[in-house]
Amino acid sequence: MNDTVLSLRDFRVSFPTVNGPVQAVRGVDLDVSQGEMVGVVGESGSGKSVTFLGLMGLLPRTTIIEGSATVHGKELVGQNSKQLRSVRGKKIAMIFQDPLSALNPVHKIGRQIVEMIQAHENITKKAAHVKAVELLDIVGIPQPDQRAHQYPHEFSGGMRQRVMIAMAIANEPEVLIADEPTTALDVTVQAQILDVMQRIQHELRTAIVLITHDLGVVARVVDRVQVMYAGRAVERGTVDDLFVRASHPYTRGLLDSLPALGRERLVPIQGSPPNMLQPPPGCAFAPRCRHAQPECVLELPELRPFGAGETACIRAEEIAVEVAGV
Amino acid sequence: MSDKLLEVTNLVKTFEVRRANGIRVERASVQAVAGVSFDAEEGQTVGLVGESGSGKTTVGRCLLRLLEPTSGSVVYKGQELVGMHRNELRDLRKEIQIVFQDPYASLDPKRTVGDAIAEPFEIQKVKGDHKKMVGDLLELVGLAPDHAQRFPHEFSGGQRQRIGIARALALRPSLIVLDEPVSALDVSIQAGVVNLLEDLQEELGVAYIFIAHDLSVVRHISDVVAVMYLGKLVEVAPAEEIYERPSHPYTQALLSAVPEPDPALERQRQRVMLEGEVPSPINPPSGCRFRTRCPKAQDICAAEEPLLIERGQGHPVACHFADDTPVVVGDVSFERPVL
Repeated sequence: MNDTVLSLRDFRVSFPTVNGPVQAVRGVDLDVSQGEMVGVVGESGSGKSVTFLGLMGLLPRTTIIEGSATVHGKELVGQNSKQLRSVRGKKIAMIFQDPLSALNPVHKIGRQIVEMIQAHENITKKAAHVKAVELLDIVGIPQPDQRAHQYPHEFSGGMRQRVMIAMAIANEPEVLIADEPTTALDVTVQAQILDVMQRIQHELRTAIVLITHDLGVVARVVDRVQVMYAGRAVERGTVDDLFVRASHPYTRGLLDSLPALGRERLVPIQGSPPNMLQPPPGCAFAPRCRHAQPECVLELPELRPFGAGETACIRAEEIAVEVAGV
Repeated sequence: MSDKLLEVTNLVKTFEVRRANGIRVERASVQAVAGVSFDAEEGQTVGLVGESGSGKTTVGRCLLRLLEPTSGSVVYKGQELVGMHRNELRDLRKEIQIVFQDPYASLDPKRTVGDAIAEPFEIQKVKGDHKKMVGDLLELVGLAPDHAQRFPHEFSGGQRQRIGIARALALRPSLIVLDEPVSALDVSIQAGVVNLLEDLQEELGVAYIFIAHDLSVVRHISDVVAVMYLGKLVEVAPAEEIYERPSHPYTQALLSAVPEPDPALERQRQRVMLEGEVPSPINPPSGCRFRTRCPKAQDICAAEEPLLIERGQGHPVACHFADDTPVVVGDVSFERPVL
């Protein structure tokens, strides 16, 4: 499984404001292999969406993007919009939480998919239409040849998200970024969409990055997880490892705050995330961490191997002992 | 104490809508709530769950008459609320309060938090030191009394939700309708608000109608859970019972669709996968409203509406074929032919 298609190195995103730059993403590394689904987890403001909007070139022009993001060795950072356009949709595609605002309300679904196919492929309209209908079938839309002639408002939320997935995979991209694709959907529909995404992962061998705040969704579908906090990765590992042996106090805090069977009392994380105008020099989670020691706030902790995964907690070993001792 | 605090009987709410039919606009009516009955006892939490369009929010608003019920009865402490005169209703509003989902939209950005919380005192002409009372309320929900001078934008989402709760508690209600109170919050913040609600119930004995789509939070906080589908209740049972032995096929499907934060469990779980989506409430299916998506549906389901009654499951279920062994349809594996 060492067929890396998407690779981020020291990736940084900041937004200039009158009060100075807001450092939304502060040096993130990530590798995603072919046919793998990686979950990127974090709460609002953790930088999980901004990282991927940034590498896709979908943030305002004034945004400062540094570091490296490559798809199959091709660098995305620093490319002009024309160069990016040839990559977006072809090599790397993205779907969003709200499919309605991503579709053009005045064009038929079929035509919108055809447009997507023709943007990257020299193909007749007729052949592209046949392909569009096939794509709608793949994502599980019943009567695809009739549905292709309908407008977005005639589709339900779940069906629109299927259409978005069909458009995203139209040019068989190597990487599909899914930003909270099921957050706006009901659970029974969410289950169907996750099913479609897993089929794409396994059958088309597409690498999928699933950005979500829902740890249940992560447990169900992803292979590996990267947990983000205040613009940094704090923990990385296989999904089994992370849920059983979370090494970072933030990850553990997230898991403890979920309602679970036999859990009489939920355990919230005290305090709130730091101001990203002046992120703390050390571990950003330290002010909210029960295990924090003076040394935690001195230096920015890097991800390092720990157990079967990686952690950015400098006290992971001691905390593991402390927690086991309780 | 197990007195009936609230008795809802056959509650119906119909909305008139216009819809396009070709170039004509025709009137139609949507039965958002189509005959819902349930009780709540003092100090208890009733969880009302369902997907979008199930009518759970409409039920909540009808209980306070923020929406006027089309028919049916809502009896609070022996008094019929439906049809009650406005003046009388205003007195009763002291006792029934509501907290909304969006803590950003439910607070006036131009008023201080203290003013927002004190407003119920002014409307109800409550005597006493309002400033002190506001301070006490803020402390009760885990904020500081001097926060009263600040404006809503100075608070985070979780803090705003606490302010909404403080305002709802101002008049010491016996019942609070909580309409998705934690769904806009991050999980680590959500846990704190859920704990607060539990503490307040313990301390003040207030009853909750907890409306939510997040089934794990509902399980955690509720004593009784009522499941809604397309304007009807399909199953009502004590929380543990409904999660351990769901008997309606919809409840089974809904519960099995919720992903649990446990990868090992997720892999071996069997699911009731539902096909399709909720039909339009403008033209709901005849008989059982769930039959179009139900794996168990038979002819009788289209002909005869199943009543919400005890069917040998220990709690009421609205299904002709209620059974606590789930029907597992298919498997989430990748067997459908593709490409």
